[in-house]
Amino acid sequence: MNDWRDDIFQVLQDHDIKQVYHVPDAGHSRLIEACQTSNSIRTIALTTEEEGIPLAAGAWLGGQRSVLLMQSSGVGNTINLMGLTKTLRFPFLTLITMRGEPGEFNSWQYPMGQGTPKVLEAMGVLVMSADKAEDVKTTVDHAARSAFNGGQAVAVLLRQKLVGIKTFGKK
Amino acid sequence: MSTATLQRRPLVKQILAGADDNLLVVAGLGSSNWDITAAGDRPLNMPLWGAMGGTVPMGLGLAIAQPSKRVLVITGDADLMMVVSCLATVAAQQPDNLAICVLDNEKFGETGNQASHTSPRNNGPTDSGAGTDLAMIAKGCGIADTGTVRDQADVAALVKDLRTRKGPVFRLVKVMVEKLEFVMPPQDGAHLKDRFRAALLGSP
Repeated sequence: MNDWRDDIFQVLQDHDIKQVYHVPDAGHSRLIEACQTSNSIRTIALTTEEEGIPLAAGAWLGGQRSVLLMQSSGVGNTINLMGLTKTLRFPFLTLITMRGEPGEFNSWQYPMGQGTPKVLEAMGVLVMSADKAEDVKTTVDHAARSAFNGGQAVAVLLRQKLVGIKTFGKK
Repeated sequence: MSTATLQRRPLVKQILAGADDNLLVVAGLGSSNWDITAAGDRPLNMPLWGAMGGTVPMGLGLAIAQPSKRVLVITGDADLMMVVSCLATVAAQQPDNLAICVLDNEKFGETGNQASHTSPRNNGPTDSGAGTDLAMIAKGCGIADTGTVRDQADVAALVKDLRTRKGPVFRLVKVMVEKLEFVMPPQDGAHLKDRFRAALLGSP
């Protein structure tokens, strides 16, 4: 079986994603590197996750599909601008590596991690979730279909159980 | 009091004069939105009514998606200040078709003209800012081609730079504080997006 991060890369290519926005993230790093070396994808490193929403809107205005890669802690940074998905009604896809879920050792990650699905839902974002490697490809594919065929704003939560528990020191 | 002498409405009209299908314009919420609309509402304008801080990133996403078109972002000092680090994101991408024009009146115009951070320091108890220089910030973020315009004599060069110079181009324009008529484009965001895409791509 493929690594689930490679599965995501394949789905992004299948859906003709042209712009990939990201901040540095351990969970997404393998996917980000695959995108950076791809000829068909432009990667754009952000200073804050909230840039990703208007970037995605701008890309769509110009006829390109995009995806925002971030961690749950970054979701809170995006919320006012996430409203653009509702006001402009444009297809939006974000893939979120989760922190602050059961097993997390860093207490500072819990508030935003636990709040992530609720605030996304409050902003009208369709929230999907994957916690098993074998489900990732189908889940992200369905999310991309909902976004780019169905015109929805969609988030896929890549659960901490899937991504792994960060331990510091012990890898 | 600001010593600016440039008036934003005739200035923006001059910047957008003769705009054709090769010019894509994104304007920030508030005065910049009304300014581009006063110059003549058109489908290839994307005037924002909210999403403060998002104007430059939206222009960047559009510029990357449409490398053969000129993308012009017109916005105010406070909109840019809200996510000012986006200038570093622009610098990292170096879009050669993107120009950013910041109309700096040193005020939060939509909320009653309180001093913004670009106002001078020690300007009295209710009118002091930080003296923030956005052109210097843009330069520090890695945008090589920056400049500040204060005089009518420099406007012709400003227009030429914004419309034709290899990007990313950043221009800070000091403008007067004025009470101006609201000239509003359609408000429905989905409509603005659809008409833009229809004009640009042939279908929404």
